[in-house]
Amino acid sequence: MLADLTAIAFNEEGFMTDPSQWTKEIAEVLAKQEGLETLTPEHWKIIDFCRQAGLASGKSPTLRQITTGTGISTKDLFALFPKGPAKKVAKIAGLGKPEGCV
Amino acid sequence: MKTLLILGGGTGGTMVANKMSAALDPQEWRVVVVDKDENHYYQPGFLFIPFGIYSPSDVVKPKRNFLPPSVEMIFSDIERIEPDQNRVRLAGNRSIHYDYLVIATGSFIRPEQLPGLMDGGWRRNIFDFYTPEGAAALARHLKFWKGGRLVLNVAEMPIKCPVAPLEFLFLADWFFKQRGMRDKVEITFVTPLPGAFTKPRASSILGNMLEDRGIRLETEYSIMEVDNARQVIRSYDEREIPYDLFITIPTNMGAEVIAASGMGDELNFVPVNKNTMQSLKWENVWLIGDASNAPASKAGSVAHFMLEVVVENILRHMEGLEPLPKFDGHANCFIESGNDKGVLIDFNYDVEPLPGMFPLPGFGPFSLLKESPANHWGKMMFKWVYWNVLLKGGEMPFESQMSMAGKWK
Ligand SMILES: Cc1cc2nc3c(=O)[nH]c(=O)nc-3n(C[C@H](O)[C@H](O)[C@H](O)COP(=O)(O)OP(=O)(O)OC[C@H]3O[C@@H](n4cnc5c(N)ncnc54)[C@H](O)[C@@H]3O)c2cc1C
Repeated sequence: MLADLTAIAFNEEGFMTDPSQWTKEIAEVLAKQEGLETLTPEHWKIIDFCRQAGLASGKSPTLRQITTGTGISTKDLFALFPKGPAKKVAKIAGLGKPEGCV
Repeated sequence: MKTLLILGGGTGGTMVANKMSAALDPQEWRVVVVDKDENHYYQPGFLFIPFGIYSPSDVVKPKRNFLPPSVEMIFSDIERIEPDQNRVRLAGNRSIHYDYLVIATGSFIRPEQLPGLMDGGWRRNIFDFYTPEGAAALARHLKFWKGGRLVLNVAEMPIKCPVAPLEFLFLADWFFKQRGMRDKVEITFVTPLPGAFTKPRASSILGNMLEDRGIRLETEYSIMEVDNARQVIRSYDEREIPYDLFITIPTNMGAEVIAASGMGDELNFVPVNKNTMQSLKWENVWLIGDASNAPASKAGSVAHFMLEVVVENILRHMEGLEPLPKFDGHANCFIESGNDKGVLIDFNYDVEPLPGMFPLPGFGPFSLLKESPANHWGKMMFKWVYWNVLLKGGEMPFESQMSMAGKWK
């Protein structure tokens, strides 16, 4: 059974607006929408790191913060979350869109 | 005697030294600045060197000229900061104890971070313009360049002066037009951002300015490597872009000494309270300019807006008072757009750059987010203002906090 997303708030770009509504089940559904059929332990390691870092700082982590924080190389990150990993993980982890800085 | 120690005598360190030495009692305090380089570079001028508008000697003066005699200036490499001991180690086993520390060690390009960038093509057909040497080498190359594919890439955000790449593109377009060879040059801007700039309104207006000039835009590009044998760059998502001339803004990082001291984040920027400019970890350590991780633009104008807040808060702390959260992320940048015109943007942590008119008593108004000759004049005047007013911490006709006056919402 897939989690029901009807009660979850999203912005127009599909990012959750309230990270406290997030559950692992929701992440599975969001991952499917992003074209990821199954989430492996490697995926979860990254998602968990981003949840932690994102909730602590109030911002989605950058690519470099993810690679430094998890020890996973940028190349592997792109293999796990093809195209834009920082954006994709942020979406699946129920965090806001990573800002392009200033 | 108590010691206020300032690390880095660039834009931020020089301003703080001037202000603090005027504010503190010389019987009680000594103010010391340490920097390894005797030259002070006017970095905004680097942009104009590749196009022959400035020469390298136009942008450099001795650091000592901008400090009052009462400030002790030490030229030495800073090797390690030991904030738990209130001590800084310099080259040659020298060390200094401090009561208050201001870190103003800036941010620098790190070309070795990108595989292939320095293999063979470096300063032959691959150039940076964020260093005086890079900008001068590029000027020599452009003088005789016959045209081809010019690709400009920003490797990773944040970079100092985030508008400089756009200015370079606008000036390049104008430079090739003036030389009657614009039709021989294809210009492409390759950026990790989703658009031309970081903030939506400015991104769309600046994006249109690129389009008007026939400059192609490749977005959300995470560069993986440079292959100079084949003259292509490759991204992690396997987009290949060919070039003849590759202009790079490599990854920007805080000074190496920050990493050596274990005081920085993943890019060697020092965590700071973004409103008070006090270190998050040591209460007698303060930050100014590019060295901190404050989510504000890394620009000289921003360092200037931080100045008043840093100085006031250090003086308050000396009196046992709480620091005031007065720094709002204010940035104010003239963007040179070619053909003797420019664009002005003014923004802070909460308000993105908006169009309108910027009222500047005595000089303005300058039009915001719109090309005008006055904005070009403002940009060129900035060099004089930088050397003569800004570095000395003099009065500028700007408020440190951003104002909504004249902005269209
Ligand atoms: C191409 C370009 C264009 C720009 N255009 C603009 C513009 O139009 N407007 C604008 O406002 N800003 C602009 N800037 C940005 C501006 O120049 C910087 O933001 C500003 O100089 C930062 O000041 P700072 O004091 O933080 O660092 P800096 O002025 O870079 O000073 C850092 C100092 O620390 C010293 N240092 C570092 N490590 C050590 C060590 N271990 N030992 C001893 N000394 C050390 C360095 O020698 C240096 O003198 C531009 C920058 C560039 C590169």
